[in-house]
Amino acid sequence: MFTNAFLSGLTMGGTYALVAMGLTLQYGVSRIMNLAYGEFVIAACFAALILFTSMGISPLLALLVVAPAGFAVSWLIYRILLTPLVRRAPNRGALEVDSILATFGMLFIVQGIMLALFGGDYSSYSYFNTPVELLGTTIAANRLIVLAVALAVALAAWSFLMHTRSGTAMRAVAVDPVAAGLVAIDVRWAAAAAFALGGAIAATGGVLVSMFLTFNANIGVVFTMKALIVVIMGGVGNIAGALAAGLILGLAESFVATYVDPGLTIAVTYAIFLAVLLLRPNGLFGARAR
Amino acid sequence: MRHILKRHLGPALCAATLGIAAIAPAAAQESIRIGYAVSKTGPNAGGATTTTIPNYELWVKEVNEAGGIKVGNKQLKIEVVEYDDRSISEEAVRSVERLATQDKVDFILTPWGTANNLAVGPIFDKYGYPQIAGTSVTDMAPKLAARWPNSYWLLGTGGSYAEGLVELLVKLRSEGKIGDDVAMASIADGFGIELAKAGRAALEANKFKLVYDKTYPLGTQDLAPIVNEVKALNPDVFVAFSYPPDTLGLTDQARVLGFNPKVFYTGVATAFPLYKAKFGAAAEGVVSLGGIDPSDPKVKDYIARHTAAVGKEPDRWASFMTYAGLQALQQAIEKAGTLDKAKVNEVLRTGTFDTVLGQISFDNESRQVPNIFTVGQWQNGEFVGLVPHEHHGASQLVFPKPAWPAQ
Repeated sequence: MFTNAFLSGLTMGGTYALVAMGLTLQYGVSRIMNLAYGEFVIAACFAALILFTSMGISPLLALLVVAPAGFAVSWLIYRILLTPLVRRAPNRGALEVDSILATFGMLFIVQGIMLALFGGDYSSYSYFNTPVELLGTTIAANRLIVLAVALAVALAAWSFLMHTRSGTAMRAVAVDPVAAGLVAIDVRWAAAAAFALGGAIAATGGVLVSMFLTFNANIGVVFTMKALIVVIMGGVGNIAGALAAGLILGLAESFVATYVDPGLTIAVTYAIFLAVLLLRPNGLFGARAR
Repeated sequence: MRHILKRHLGPALCAATLGIAAIAPAAAQESIRIGYAVSKTGPNAGGATTTTIPNYELWVKEVNEAGGIKVGNKQLKIEVVEYDDRSISEEAVRSVERLATQDKVDFILTPWGTANNLAVGPIFDKYGYPQIAGTSVTDMAPKLAARWPNSYWLLGTGGSYAEGLVELLVKLRSEGKIGDDVAMASIADGFGIELAKAGRAALEANKFKLVYDKTYPLGTQDLAPIVNEVKALNPDVFVAFSYPPDTLGLTDQARVLGFNPKVFYTGVATAFPLYKAKFGAAAEGVVSLGGIDPSDPKVKDYIARHTAAVGKEPDRWASFMTYAGLQALQQAIEKAGTLDKAKVNEVLRTGTFDTVLGQISFDNESRQVPNIFTVGQWQNGEFVGLVPHEHHGASQLVFPKPAWPAQ
């Protein structure tokens, strides 16, 4: 029972973490509090569904198309829709408020497009729902894949931020965009790139969760809310923090569901969130963009 | 933060939607004006888009293609006024009030779901509109029928579904096919709470042992802990009063973990075409609410027309009640020969109607349709009705549930 709960929590936590990592980049570096984030996750779910059901393309292969598409779309959105806001905002606080308003509107637009294209029906398909024996227990292969990808994305994003020139530029922008500009960092480029990377991660998350979750055009907000909790809990802009917070929430939910009562999982999520906020107001990993 | 935003943006947005949705009124009684507020967006949209909206569209299309509804010596075509209640009860109430007072429609079709139907009940009652609810399951239905004399509850009570299931289990136990152990999981939301309550009572009254009885919150994505725990208890019967995402999730997990009880029962969405599309042969033997008689020519014809008109099959449960409600309304209007709501209600209360559910009548105290299928099962790619056994066209339970096919 323990290994069951542990593995199940780990895979669910991996899902939470994966989805949250994109938002933490967008919020931490670009300072865009993207309320339409979940909608982009769902858009990727639909993309994977269509590629799979109409052309038989495996969701894992679909990643090669959908993730870059997520990057490109997010890049365009940042350059066309959000850059004017960034230019106009006198300070970061104002940018956050403006971006919340703008992305709140975008939420309805993206949702409306999906409703027009796919209707409000539930969608679901099965891929790689094969049982895998691991540590004496059984788990679905698609969930293990999500966990593996979450770890890989976290490692890649962390190495990129810590060990490359562009990544360092992004961290500098996250800390202080004005000072970053003074040392010849192209702040606008760095912010757009971080936002686009976040979009690519959202798309990756969407493609992967579509393998085992039932979704429709209206449930994007569920992902935004969960991701927001993970982002704030882990420390805004912190990849390792998002990974840790996601895994903690997944494990806590799974253990509570197994040993206490499945009815208390939401209560536990918020209790942990509250405790972290009380004890470490800046999130588990405090400082930004690590 | 979103709340603040919603407060400011909400009214503006909904004013915009209302403006677009409302169709300009036509000249007096050249047409029959029918309005509805239904969840096109928000959490209810999945259910509404599967069950309610396609049937409304199908019905309007068919009626208009046939020249309209015969009222007295005139054929009146239907003109639709449609609102999106955004899955919010207050919005549903506002929209229905608006349909009644400003759009002054002749009849109002009901919203999707138990909660919204309860919310709009007083408005239907206040203005005397017939409320023919095809997607509302509540044990309060008999009381509501007494309180609102113009309400009709096609989908019945939670108790009727739970009792139908327990009746089936009692029979299996008396034949020595299953033991006393039953595991039950339910969603902590309207439908799940009602059904679990009724199920618990019926199971305990019949001396079944509930070895697992837990609820899980709306939006639970990880159902593996539930299935794992239930599997360890090894009951003969697993019952889940679940919503669509968890119905699919529980089935998925049961397959992966190789949990194959003799009776495997899941909730809403089991009777959806989506379930068959996703699970294919693995759906075989799964038990749930609803069911149809596939040999009935009316049923066959309805499925064919539904598929042709809206491009997808109807679900095998509430779609039938929804469509039957529309047929009853149309026949009541034609029989009454007037658009006068009181007279149409009079016919609805006393008449018999020829519908896809057979000959139905609301002429009973709780204004429900007796003898609808409460328990069904996937058999050879069709979701057939099992209980009540005496119902015309009822099938026999396939027992035990066949093993999940390898994947």
